[in-house]
Amino acid sequence: MAEKMELKSTEVWDGNYAAAQALRQAQVDVVAAYPITPSTPIVETYGSFVANGYIDGEFVMVESEHAAMSGCVGAAAAGGRVATATSSQGFMLMIEVLYQASGMRLPIVLNVVNRAIASPLNVRGDHGDMYAGRDSGWVQLDAFNAQEAYDLNLCAFKIGEDINVRLPVMVHQDGFVTSHTAQNVHPLSDDEAYAFIGDYKPVDEMLDFSKPVTYGAQTEEDWHYEHKAKQHRALMDSYVVIDRVFEAFEKKTGRKYKRLETYMMEDAEVAILALGTTVETSILAAKQLREEEGIKAGVVAPRVIRPFPLNELRAALAGIKCVAALDRSCPMGAMGALYNETCGALATIPAEQRPLVTNFIYGLGGRDFAVDEAKRIFREQKGHADVGHITTHVQQFSGLRGPKLGFYESKRS
Amino acid sequence: MAIRSVKNLKEFSTANERFEGAHLLCPGCAHSMIVRELMNATDDNLVIATNTGCLEVSTAVYPYTSWDTSWIHIGFENAATAAAGAEAMYKARKRKGTLKDPDAPVKFVAFGGDGSTYDIGFQWLSGAVERGHDFTYICLDNENYANTGGQRSSSTPVGAHTSTAQAGRVSYGKKQKKKDMVAIMAAHGAPYVAQLAPNKWKIMAKGFQKALETEGPCFINTVSACTTEWKFDAKDTIHITDLATDTLMFPIYEIINGHELNILYRPKNVLPVEEYLAAQGRYKHLFKPENRHVIERIQKEIDEKWEYLQRREEAKV
Repeated sequence: MAEKMELKSTEVWDGNYAAAQALRQAQVDVVAAYPITPSTPIVETYGSFVANGYIDGEFVMVESEHAAMSGCVGAAAAGGRVATATSSQGFMLMIEVLYQASGMRLPIVLNVVNRAIASPLNVRGDHGDMYAGRDSGWVQLDAFNAQEAYDLNLCAFKIGEDINVRLPVMVHQDGFVTSHTAQNVHPLSDDEAYAFIGDYKPVDEMLDFSKPVTYGAQTEEDWHYEHKAKQHRALMDSYVVIDRVFEAFEKKTGRKYKRLETYMMEDAEVAILALGTTVETSILAAKQLREEEGIKAGVVAPRVIRPFPLNELRAALAGIKCVAALDRSCPMGAMGALYNETCGALATIPAEQRPLVTNFIYGLGGRDFAVDEAKRIFREQKGHADVGHITTHVQQFSGLRGPKLGFYESKRS
Repeated sequence: MAIRSVKNLKEFSTANERFEGAHLLCPGCAHSMIVRELMNATDDNLVIATNTGCLEVSTAVYPYTSWDTSWIHIGFENAATAAAGAEAMYKARKRKGTLKDPDAPVKFVAFGGDGSTYDIGFQWLSGAVERGHDFTYICLDNENYANTGGQRSSSTPVGAHTSTAQAGRVSYGKKQKKKDMVAIMAAHGAPYVAQLAPNKWKIMAKGFQKALETEGPCFINTVSACTTEWKFDAKDTIHITDLATDTLMFPIYEIINGHELNILYRPKNVLPVEEYLAAQGRYKHLFKPENRHVIERIQKEIDEKWEYLQRREEAKV
């Protein structure tokens, strides 16, 4: 039996340590992993738990991230709880197997400590890796701080392993800003945490030889389409379970999570839509602007990136005047993905309720995004709102050195 | 381990109930013989992982499956890691007491063609063997990417024609030597490594059983004659394999713990390699006068390899 760990009601953990503690408490059966900055400490911390008797499961340090996810798939098909962590280039190397994991409906938990994608090589945080995996068929949760990295890992197992979901789940956190910044974290005790997640219930497991299973079959034009549609439906419908798990978590801890987080949106005129640590920065900016300049600013943040909370986003933004969608990933020849998701959601409501929507690319390769810049963006949106049209390029680059960079003119009428 | 003994070919042909005869492999393909032989070698439960390739696309086309045991395919390169992951899960669950039938012995096996073994899955295989997972990897070596229509792999021998190393007016086919995968896997220190052939089926059965019994990672390279890409008549699979082993193109031997080499089959009459080459369309062009030197090269390399294997066996180092 694994040794239990005595935790204080308040611990000082960074996002990586918080995630590793959650994996320990979940009593994961197999962790197959490969180190990469900035997610390495998750794997290292887990390794120290293994070395000191806190883990009963197997810890398999493989030779690449592709192998890490391959090992996770083999292990998950053999009927137990599985998790791993990665970032950036490692995530890119994993991508082939991410699709295979979700296609085989294997509830693996993957911590993605978000980092930029080379070239040029960069170890700092942005959402390039997160965006590269957005069509991979995984439930995707986004943690904005260390506490959430811990909480959402516990929720991730419970969501993914639910018989009505049976899909792999990613928990994103910002590289360095969350992963390496120590903050107060309130953990559950080992027993409470495990009781919340529950025992793993094997489904179609390879180690039950009374019912042989074939994983990873071939389907061509006759069945592939139906399989993918069914998988899409499972991901779309998973929101029911996600809501249920968040509710149970709130009952247990008092910490409330929603698929779309909204801050000060009740009377907001302008808003920022963002992910990761930028959410807290934007909240701070909005509060200051409300106090100092009377701008009715609010913040909208998808807690759940997949399944995308389209209904909730539409409801949150209907009737406001202007929203800036902030993308921390370079879309390379198009508008940012969050911008497109937002416009897609808003295209389904009557035109008179639609806000103006602008797009900012920001924070690439760990470029800092501070409160002042968030305030500047809010003010600019307020300017658009006041005149009723977008007075700048629709897409702009925030925090970029050199001449201003922007794309697409807005049309007045 | 529950060893299953199969006495004769008649029994062999009807003995396996875990790999169904209904599959889409070409008539005359040696893959199914080798797979059946593996599954005939034991009564233990089997978890089988398979790389993308002929075997995979021919045995698990939804809604059908030829596998009456646990089977998984992920991608082209990672069957070794799939088996390793399943094996790790088995160990974890055994320790935690969550297995349905904790006392039943389980063996983990991965199959891959030479494309996935020698080339694209090389790293995954190497990693899984280095980590010491208790599994057996079997390469179905037909010396080309047969599933995609016969392209060269690093297992394709010198002089063979493939669609990406073609014989033509100024080319005699593949220029490079076949990679020595058996030596490479032995160099990993794997406890049991062998090269086997389905014509010598009793030797093969013993080799499979040895691998399955051995704790730790084992690697077996099996010659799998490919009627489609080697270009011979489907009824001649075993005849061609006989020529492969009796010309010593495919010597049959094992290496234990990375060093102890035993030759498992010594042909009574070693045949000249010409006989093996002449029986296959992929070597047809070598018999043109300007390509004769390639046949000489192949024969010379076979002789040198055989000499080497015999000396290694004698030396016992």
